[in-house]
Amino acid sequence: MDKHSKKSAGRTVIHMEKRDSISRSKAWMIRGAAVLLSLLVCAIVIIAITKQNPLEVYAGIVSGAVGTRRRIWVTVRETVVLLIIAVGLVPAFRMKFWNIGAEGQILMGGAASAAVMIYAANKLPLPLAILVILAASCAAGVLWGVIPAFFKAYFNTNETLFTLMMNYVATQIINYLICIWENPKGSNTVGVINSKTRAGWFPKIFGSEYCLSVFIVILVTVLVTIYMNYSKHGYELAVVGESTDTARYAGINVKKVILRTMCLSGAICGLAGALIVAGASHTISTSTAGGRGFTAIIVAWMSKFNPAAMVAVSVFLVFMQQGSIQIATQFGLNENASDIITGILLFFLIGCEFFVNYKLTVYREEA
Amino acid sequence: MSETNVIELKNVTKRFGEVVANDNVNLTLRKGEILSILGENGSGKTTLMNMLSGIYFPDEGSIRVWGKDVLIQSPRDAFDLKIGMIHQHFKLIDILTAAENIILGLDGPMRLNMKEVTTKINELTGKYGFDLNPAQKIYSMSVSQKQTVEIVKVLYRGADILILDEPTAVLTPQETDKLFNVLRSMRDNGKSIIIITHKLNEVLEISDRVSVLRKGKYIGTVDTCEATQESLTEMMVGEKVSLDIDRSNPENVERRIEVRGLNVRNNEGYHVLKDISFTANAGEILGIAGISGNGQKELLEAIGGLQTIESGEILYYTKHDNNVIEKLHQMSAGDIFDLGIRLSFVPEDRLGMGLVGSMDITDNMMIRSYNKSRGLFTDRKVPYNLAAEVVDKLDVVTPSLETPVRRLSGGNVQKVLVGREIASAPRVLMVAYPVRGLDINSSYAIYNLLNEQKRAGACVMCVGEDLDVLLSLCDRILVLSGGRVSGIVNARTATKEEVGLLMTGGKENS
Repeated sequence: MDKHSKKSAGRTVIHMEKRDSISRSKAWMIRGAAVLLSLLVCAIVIIAITKQNPLEVYAGIVSGAVGTRRRIWVTVRETVVLLIIAVGLVPAFRMKFWNIGAEGQILMGGAASAAVMIYAANKLPLPLAILVILAASCAAGVLWGVIPAFFKAYFNTNETLFTLMMNYVATQIINYLICIWENPKGSNTVGVINSKTRAGWFPKIFGSEYCLSVFIVILVTVLVTIYMNYSKHGYELAVVGESTDTARYAGINVKKVILRTMCLSGAICGLAGALIVAGASHTISTSTAGGRGFTAIIVAWMSKFNPAAMVAVSVFLVFMQQGSIQIATQFGLNENASDIITGILLFFLIGCEFFVNYKLTVYREEA
Repeated sequence: MSETNVIELKNVTKRFGEVVANDNVNLTLRKGEILSILGENGSGKTTLMNMLSGIYFPDEGSIRVWGKDVLIQSPRDAFDLKIGMIHQHFKLIDILTAAENIILGLDGPMRLNMKEVTTKINELTGKYGFDLNPAQKIYSMSVSQKQTVEIVKVLYRGADILILDEPTAVLTPQETDKLFNVLRSMRDNGKSIIIITHKLNEVLEISDRVSVLRKGKYIGTVDTCEATQESLTEMMVGEKVSLDIDRSNPENVERRIEVRGLNVRNNEGYHVLKDISFTANAGEILGIAGISGNGQKELLEAIGGLQTIESGEILYYTKHDNNVIEKLHQMSAGDIFDLGIRLSFVPEDRLGMGLVGSMDITDNMMIRSYNKSRGLFTDRKVPYNLAAEVVDKLDVVTPSLETPVRRLSGGNVQKVLVGREIASAPRVLMVAYPVRGLDINSSYAIYNLLNEQKRAGACVMCVGEDLDVLLSLCDRILVLSGGRVSGIVNARTATKEEVGLLMTGGKENS
């Protein structure tokens, strides 16, 4: 007994306790404090590593993202592409089907768009060409999404590994296609497709060639939100995600729901490929998806699948990414410098939610 | 034995968010006594004990053990204070032997001397009268043997204060007697024991004193010799409660479900139901008794179209006179529903099968009927009204109809589920452990609902664990043992001992 009392004498312990409730203003004060603190920490890091004035670096980031009309449009374009991929992941994630194969689904959608642009777009009127491109990219995404879903539904394979490996297969298919579509010969790239005729390129609407993408993404986001919250399909996939036993009890055909949901998820990710290829880059390469299939996972999770929050998170991430390109050239920094800043900001923003939900209490034991 | 207090709790309070699980609780445990902690489900018994065993930490109040104020931060701290808790859900590793489980997590020499360990275990088991083979693997043990391992585990670690959380919930009457003998022998050897329970007859049989909790509050402590079932119930519930079930004689009895030679293997390939045959009638309550895990779950799921059936038939008689027979064994749950057979099922695993924890009450009301409305979109009006009706009729305590059911207490979750299943005016009503987690008043409300359904002509099948209740609720009781029907008895004439014996397959004599 003596030994124990000695050990515990005068100990101080900290316990976390769940808050009963928190006022909205207090919660936002915590978040605001987190942003200020993160900017402060970033400033220290910037000074320590680069010896630059942090305020100038911040100004550089802002200027890079929204400094000119052109830059604003690029930021918007990148945001909507990231958003539509995140929206595409939501049905799968709500079903607890961990689709980390968006990257591959985007590549396949992009490849389908490129194929239509190369082989058919010149023979079709533009509106029809665009429709064919959208349909073909969706179909390619469906194909890439439904294969792992089939194996999950019928053989209970692990969808995480399966969808991940499908990404590599997709990359190799793109490599093969580059060999076929190489232009000019020997460049090992596809080059800008239809650079003269602009066949299959998204047309300018309201003065910008990115407006069509914005409309498509808004439409898809609204439709998916309605689908998830009000349709029978959305209800079914949520039940399946919670428990397949409950789903069977409810008389839901679990296999059918898995296949159907992954068709939808794959189709939207494939569509994102069309927005990238026909709507922006007008070419295809193995880096067409550019890691956005993975970044979108962060977007979907951080927003807890809430569409409004997904818009906010996409804007934030793209803003930082576009800003990084600017500071890289302006200050001669590596592009990773902005990743560090983004990382610190995210750390504080996500971390502060802990203090919104919990409080810390200190206990002292009598000596 | 001098009357010294080994544990004193003073004004202990524990909150989980807005819920106050323990509110200013005071409690003392004397050396060498068996103290019962009595209270309904959700009254805070387990929370209180978890603070003694280092799983939770109190928000307010002090804990004195062996006369000293202590902070118990972890189960290890609790062990240092010679406190050992036997949890309701065993924490054992299946593929290890009893002895290996017992020494798990203990410091020791580099080279294990299992012989020495075994000797020490045998000394303990001999001293208190346990029946345990240290070399037996856990997976080959019965529930009561596993419990023995848990008890020996804490004794091996030198516990002088033992806390048992609902130890009899999973035992047959015979096994309960055995356990009580061991507990008495431990008490006579100077151990102090706390036993958490909500079964009154056990409290009266085993304990020296009883402390009662109600809704997190400490009500009082009485000497068992001065208590009666009625006085304890009143302390527990706060009012006088009549503990009678109004069992009417079966009327218009007709064959509704017939099971013939049913065999089922589970996912791992175990033969869980062997050659089951019986008839369940409309206008009657058929009880299904058995130690948990003897095929009750699979039997109900097979009838409900949720199990793959190896062989055998399950027949549903629509109406006796024109003899339209549906073959349920060829149907899935969805097929049965689509045929319009009103077969309601309250499964054992409420949040894992009957309900969706993350959804609110309204969304859970439509889980079996969402597809009835036309069109692509869900209709939430009807389920919303049903949700409001169930909440109102069964006194479900919930902040709102939009609260995810996972956030409700176990008893309220059960009410939501039972309420939904009864709302469809079922022809067949299958319920597994319908009152698990409910307080006494709600339990009797559910018993009355079952009787109402029986009088309305439903064929009721009820899997239960409390034999006293089954014997006073049901008309006939089917007993399962090792996946076989070991007997079907008349509930009006059978005794508890008779059913208990059938539960162990009728082999054991005690």
